Amino acid sequence: MATLSTDRPATPTDKPVLDKRFKAIEIVIKRNHYRQDALIEILHKAQESFGYLELEVLEYVAHKLQLPLSRVYGVATFYHLFSLSPTGKHSCIVCLGTACYVKGAGEIIAALEKKLGVKLGETTSDGEVSLMSARCIGACGIAPAVVFDGEVAGRQTIEAVCDRVTNLMA
Amino acid sequence: MIVRENCGKINPERIEEYIAAGGYEALAKVVLNLTPEEVIAEVSASGLRGRGGGGYPTGLKWATVAKMPTGQKYVICNADEGDPGAFMDRSVLESDPHRVLEGMAIAAYAVGANHGYIYIRAEYPLAIDHLQTAIKQAKRHGLMGSQIFGSPFDFKVDIRVGAGAFVCGEETGLIASIEGKRGVPRPRPPYPAVSGLQSEPTLINNVETYANIAPILQKGGEWYASIGTEDSKGTKIFALTGKVENAGLIEVPMGITVRCIVEEMGGGIPDGGTVKAVQTGGPSGGCIPAEKLDTPVSYKSLLELGTMMGSGGMIVMDDKTSMVDVAKFYMEFCREESCGKCIPCRAGTVQLYGLLNKLLNGHGTTRDLELMENLCYMVKETSLCGLGQSAPNPVISTLRYFRDEYEALIPS
Repeated sequence: MATLSTDRPATPTDKPVLDKRFKAIEIVIKRNHYRQDALIEILHKAQESFGYLELEVLEYVAHKLQLPLSRVYGVATFYHLFSLSPTGKHSCIVCLGTACYVKGAGEIIAALEKKLGVKLGETTSDGEVSLMSARCIGACGIAPAVVFDGEVAGRQTIEAVCDRVTNLMA
Repeated sequence: MIVRENCGKINPERIEEYIAAGGYEALAKVVLNLTPEEVIAEVSASGLRGRGGGGYPTGLKWATVAKMPTGQKYVICNADEGDPGAFMDRSVLESDPHRVLEGMAIAAYAVGANHGYIYIRAEYPLAIDHLQTAIKQAKRHGLMGSQIFGSPFDFKVDIRVGAGAFVCGEETGLIASIEGKRGVPRPRPPYPAVSGLQSEPTLINNVETYANIAPILQKGGEWYASIGTEDSKGTKIFALTGKVENAGLIEVPMGITVRCIVEEMGGGIPDGGTVKAVQTGGPSGGCIPAEKLDTPVSYKSLLELGTMMGSGGMIVMDDKTSMVDVAKFYMEFCREESCGKCIPCRAGTVQLYGLLNKLLNGHGTTRDLELMENLCYMVKETSLCGLGQSAPNPVISTLRYFRDEYEALIPS
């Protein structure tokens, strides 16, 4: 997690605007007429552009919306979908909804943790795969479900999941 | 079927197909021929109750917002379907988004609002996509925007995408989230009907509730009230999942027995297992033990069993499922999702989870069991919002019906 150091300038310079990714955020901010209540929409866009919300990005959004950084940081840390640290190249999200849990999602996570050598919520040291869980992706009819790089796979078994992960890393 | 009558039959990305199936006729009828009071009277007569979990009478809620002085008012559609094991709203939004928009427009007309928000979870990308398409098409056809059907009624809808917080399904938390803040609930009263979004009167209903509105206005409240039981009218969608042969969504008339749902529609448990319990209401609900499966499904009967209707998740557990483990699963969920604002919920869920874990690891004592039970009632009675007030329900409910499983875990 990023720490808020005090030796940074209070307001970001205009330099980041040159970055194309900041441009993408600025477009969304403008489309929302600089409204402070659009903060969550804007953070979604920022995460989409950067992959995660680094401190510089939060400062930029706070500056543009004229919100205190504490408020932006507070919102970014409140919601599960916002990540303040980089995630892996591939993602493997195990659904932990009740239906999936009853059908063995817990065992699938244990197997993946062992295979990847990381705990749930962590990324492998080579930055290849992030192992995450979801509350419920609403695919209860095909439980247990696992999402590999945004693609939902249903009726998973430990063997199938381990094979998929091996393929992801290959 | 009422709510899902179009699901799978029309192309959700073509407004023409919805209109051809009779869509937006109810809105036209309402805007051109009925007064807001008549609309509310019709909804009240239908006996429709909120489908999000609480079961508050919809007509009454509308009347409260309508009674507030004229001025800026909002209608919100709660599509933050967070209960694990429930996906009714996702299905409705993906396969028939216009029906929800029509319901919202009728509600806005009835309460005197001109601006609506749909708060939807980010986990449902396809539903978001279909809603965006639907809104664009409705605008193009003059069914949304200013002077709808040439009347003075204006209505627009914006989508707000959540960011993964279960507590945002609580109405005051949801409003905070729409305002771009941390989705932390606040004490009620004042209820959102009096002071909601931007401190203006706000009507909040669930997706399924809005999806019931157009048919009610078209066929009449009396027709709707003829379906179901004394206290629960109409139909309800359930997401039947877990250890069951045919998992999926079903829409059934209220009053049907749980047994009929699980054994006839669900096809029973695969591989000849037996049903141990059926969990309803998600992390806020409880379970129905096998011997009570003949209970008819209604708001009242489920409450009497110590569970609740909830949003419609129904998870079947067989004799191999450990009920204590299920209780732990839900407590872990609530512990993670507690927003941390009030102490009973923030600290209580951690302690309850710890006690459950201790029991499951075989280190529990009779004293721990007592402590856990007391703590359950304390958290239930003293928490600020619905999340904390209902977080102990799965434990209370499993203790009520499966106390022997807890006791068996205590080393003698």
